[in-house]
Amino acid sequence: MTDTTSPAVVAAPEPIPQTKTDYVPLLLVPVIALVALPLIGNPATWVTLTMAALAMGMMIFVISSGLTLVFGLMDVLNFGHGAFIAIGAYLALTVLGPLSGWTQADSLTLNLAALGLALLAAMIGTGVLGYVFERVIIMPVYGQHLKQILITTGGLIVAEQLIHVLWGGDQKNMALPTALRGGIVIGDVAIEKFRLLAVAVGLVVFIAMQLVLNRTKLGLLIRAGVENSEMVEALGYRIRRLFVAVFVAGSALAGLGGTLWALYRETLTAGIGGEVVVLVFIVIIIGGLGSVGGCFLGAILVAQMANYTGYLAPKLALASNIGLMMIILMWRPQGLYPVAKR
Amino acid sequence: MLRALLSDDLPGSRLLTAVLLLILVTLAVTPFAFSGAQAINTAAKVLVFIVLVASYDLLLGYTGIVSFAHTMFYGLGGYGVGLALYGWGATWSSMLAGLVLALIAGILLALAIGLFSLRVRAIFFAMVTLAVASVFAILASQLSDITGGEDGRSFRVPEVLRPGTTLFELPMLGTVTGRTLSYYILFFVSLALFLAALRVVNSPFGRVLQAIRENDFRAEALGYRTVTYRTIANCLAAGMAVLAGGLNAMWLRYTGPDTTLSFAIMLDILLMVVIGGMGTMYGAVIGATLFIVAQNYLQKLMATASKATEGIPLLPQLLHPDRWLLWLGILFVLSVYFFPTGIVGKLRQKRTAS
Repeated sequence: MTDTTSPAVVAAPEPIPQTKTDYVPLLLVPVIALVALPLIGNPATWVTLTMAALAMGMMIFVISSGLTLVFGLMDVLNFGHGAFIAIGAYLALTVLGPLSGWTQADSLTLNLAALGLALLAAMIGTGVLGYVFERVIIMPVYGQHLKQILITTGGLIVAEQLIHVLWGGDQKNMALPTALRGGIVIGDVAIEKFRLLAVAVGLVVFIAMQLVLNRTKLGLLIRAGVENSEMVEALGYRIRRLFVAVFVAGSALAGLGGTLWALYRETLTAGIGGEVVVLVFIVIIIGGLGSVGGCFLGAILVAQMANYTGYLAPKLALASNIGLMMIILMWRPQGLYPVAKR
Repeated sequence: MLRALLSDDLPGSRLLTAVLLLILVTLAVTPFAFSGAQAINTAAKVLVFIVLVASYDLLLGYTGIVSFAHTMFYGLGGYGVGLALYGWGATWSSMLAGLVLALIAGILLALAIGLFSLRVRAIFFAMVTLAVASVFAILASQLSDITGGEDGRSFRVPEVLRPGTTLFELPMLGTVTGRTLSYYILFFVSLALFLAALRVVNSPFGRVLQAIRENDFRAEALGYRTVTYRTIANCLAAGMAVLAGGLNAMWLRYTGPDTTLSFAIMLDILLMVVIGGMGTMYGAVIGATLFIVAQNYLQKLMATASKATEGIPLLPQLLHPDRWLLWLGILFVLSVYFFPTGIVGKLRQKRTAS
């Protein structure tokens, strides 16, 4: 089997011109952290808050990465993304219920196994749902932004109401497995165990995504599709299948992120999607619509703002994120890492 | 005369004209024709929502941009009037001052949002407005020292508008109270605002908006600054929503997050516009009336249906009165697919076909 896609076959003497990596936006993370340090005063609190920000950022990243990729590839903005977050969390809750023996056992392996099963169920469930959603709701309105926004908002209403029908409208308790409760104390610094897990999951998703996007043929096609989907189609690839696959993956990630988020909050209501989706939108606008790297950075920035101002002036936590978005849009109107398209 | 009032944009269908006239007459005589608080409250709500939905239609139906911040402006009007009456005493001057301040704030806010998000891509706008609106809603419920928090603020209106005030007696019709006067202020201001909106969409400016909706690239190529037009449309719609909010506060004598800022109201507005007919001002009248009447009676109907189906699994939950939004949501999705022009569009289509 010959590898025809490799550029090395074309014996070009000079290397392919690489786009320069833009490092300036990356500096924002340490800058915000350092500005926050004197304002907060106490270094131990600062470390705790920064860790909390990282964990929250990772969860938001997991949720929003699918949305931004779907937008980049298909030019579809799914306002119903919040529904997948909520449904994922509810599915996980349903799985964790019968497994309460495992989650309450004093064994990390059993705890993680139960949690893993719950996350898997959430991902499979929302993935399947994403497939149905794409086929039924979104397929007829490709290319029509106005209708997409309306239809997906309608889908969100229906999904949220169905959650009420199936699981009841009352607030649910989402208990953490025993081994993940509490925190690790190092000196003055307390770090919740679950936050470490969230950071780990987020990093795994980010790295896996980078590997798939940059090292596989599928990733190559996705990236090419983001740049110019017509050309990919002209080269003989079925871009529609790619669309569906990315949509399903994005929905599954939303389910995963939603579960993590619900465990982090330890409570669950049908409105959970709506709360998170606001942050998610801010993140993908800041990052640049369609850019996974930008989304990662944006998620951390938003989480930093939310945690630092949440400590300094709790009432302004969300407002500060709008401020951040405004400032970044003034600096770069297309977001931190704009995706060149159309 | 009539043509001039309606800006030469006649309903365009006999049935539609009849329905609109029926609505107009019913709303005009409600305080005398029906007894009881529910009828007049429903009528007042219909009036407020006609203005609100018409202003939203200016954005969604005529300019083709989706905003999720319309309730924010509505709430701004409500809080402006409400807090002014609460804080500065129940006088006309404080009511007007509150309204004017809210109007200025609303238009400036709309301008800022527009300049930030309409500049790049229209789709940004939907996301940015959603984010800003939810922040506004959270701020309104958290800054409880100023806004009264979740409980909102009840306040007194100027003396003449109070229900206890008897203005004069009319033979045959009964007493005219401050409440009646309040209703008629609401009625005529709403009517004026609706006609003004009709005027705007049928002006050359409105035509440009429609051109932008149909093909913004082409509109730009023809030499219209689409960003400017979109931003102005946004400010106009915001201003009108502020006025609607002010009217609503005057009528309810209460302002709180649930009656003005909640996302559920935003969805109601969307449903009303789509069901009534996007891009037709009359759709706002039909949509708002139908929706609010349905809201009042559908829930009762669902309660009976839910009782009747007791014992069958899942069906009672699906028909539970609290789940009426589910059915409206399904209706919404279906109407976006199959009746994108809404009721008014369908009625007009029939006439041109025959």
